[in-house]
Amino acid sequence: MGKIKQIVVGGVALVAAGLLAVTLAQAANVSGVKSKGIGPTVKIHRGEQCVEPTGDMRRNHMKYILHQRDKTMHQGIRTTKHSFKNCVDCHADPITNSVQGQDGFCSSCHEYASVKIDCFSCHTDKRDKNAVEVAPFKGTAAKGAQP
Amino acid sequence: MSLNRREFIGIGGAAVAGMALAPSLRLIDLAQARSPEEAVTSLKRWGLLIDINKCQDCNACVTACHEENGVYGHGRPASDPQWIRKVTLKDKLTGYVQTLPLMCQHCESPPCVDVCPTGASFKRADGIVLVDKHICIGCRYCMMACPYKARSFVHEDITDQKPHAPRGKGTVESCTLCVHRVDTGNIPACVEACSKDGNQAMVFGDLKDRNSDISKYLASGPSIQLRPDLNLNTGVRYRGI
Repeated sequence: MGKIKQIVVGGVALVAAGLLAVTLAQAANVSGVKSKGIGPTVKIHRGEQCVEPTGDMRRNHMKYILHQRDKTMHQGIRTTKHSFKNCVDCHADPITNSVQGQDGFCSSCHEYASVKIDCFSCHTDKRDKNAVEVAPFKGTAAKGAQP
Repeated sequence: MSLNRREFIGIGGAAVAGMALAPSLRLIDLAQARSPEEAVTSLKRWGLLIDINKCQDCNACVTACHEENGVYGHGRPASDPQWIRKVTLKDKLTGYVQTLPLMCQHCESPPCVDVCPTGASFKRADGIVLVDKHICIGCRYCMMACPYKARSFVHEDITDQKPHAPRGKGTVESCTLCVHRVDTGNIPACVEACSKDGNQAMVFGDLKDRNSDISKYLASGPSIQLRPDLNLNTGVRYRGI
């Protein structure tokens, strides 16, 4: 009798563990939502790696964009690696096509850090529909979104 | 089929000439195309020639420009921005009417650059005059200095800009000679529209290259700068005024 009880309890535990694993896997599929509650929502929809290491990008992205800005404006250098357009094309939300708005890649972090950016008073926050050479989508988050 | 010696040499010569000429045109293009990481140099000077004899009562260049750069108005002509406009000239004595497109003339010595207090109005090494809106404070000195009324001030909030043409309230803007297209080896939108939907009145090219279409066109007949008395050496030239 005791043995049967043990088997039933073990089976229930196994099913529960399986369910938990499935839920976790599904959560992971909504690609890289870093935190819930405190902290910004950072959603990564495309590619595995940004143009520089993540830590470097977090600290220095504004410097890269500023440097590229002057080179493009005054010298006509239009490489894509550190270009603002490339940031938007890759980081735009697949549904809204924007880096702004609620949970937008730029706005969520900047709102959390309370740092106002004025890029989007002139630049569009939408990705270029004709953009090429951006990283492919990852996970299942972007099903039905335009490539 | 048999060829005699004379025929063989004739056909062979034509074939060799064709093979030599066709790719050489292409090779010159390739040699001159700038790679994206290369800075612009003063070895080139971009220019535009507008033949007023061919320019008719059509708006293709204006529509194409404003479509390409996402320039739109609010139905307020006095303050709406315009990068290019059609101007009508009438000889009061004879009643003869001409029409021409007018935009930034991309001067070699631009008055807008002279007066800019922040360096936002500047001339690129290849002769394209631009506004760096990152440092423009919207003082509008350049608008007053420009003898061609080529610049506009953005009075109202703008949304849905084109990715290649950022525009924003509180800055001055004007024709960029479609710099984003020129940098990737294309011609400005107005020129493309004029040759496709208009009257083939516009020629774009490198004024410093003697073999470019525009240089040959300029060398083959008369042309003028608008307000030549100001000695600005404009990059946009007109024929037939």
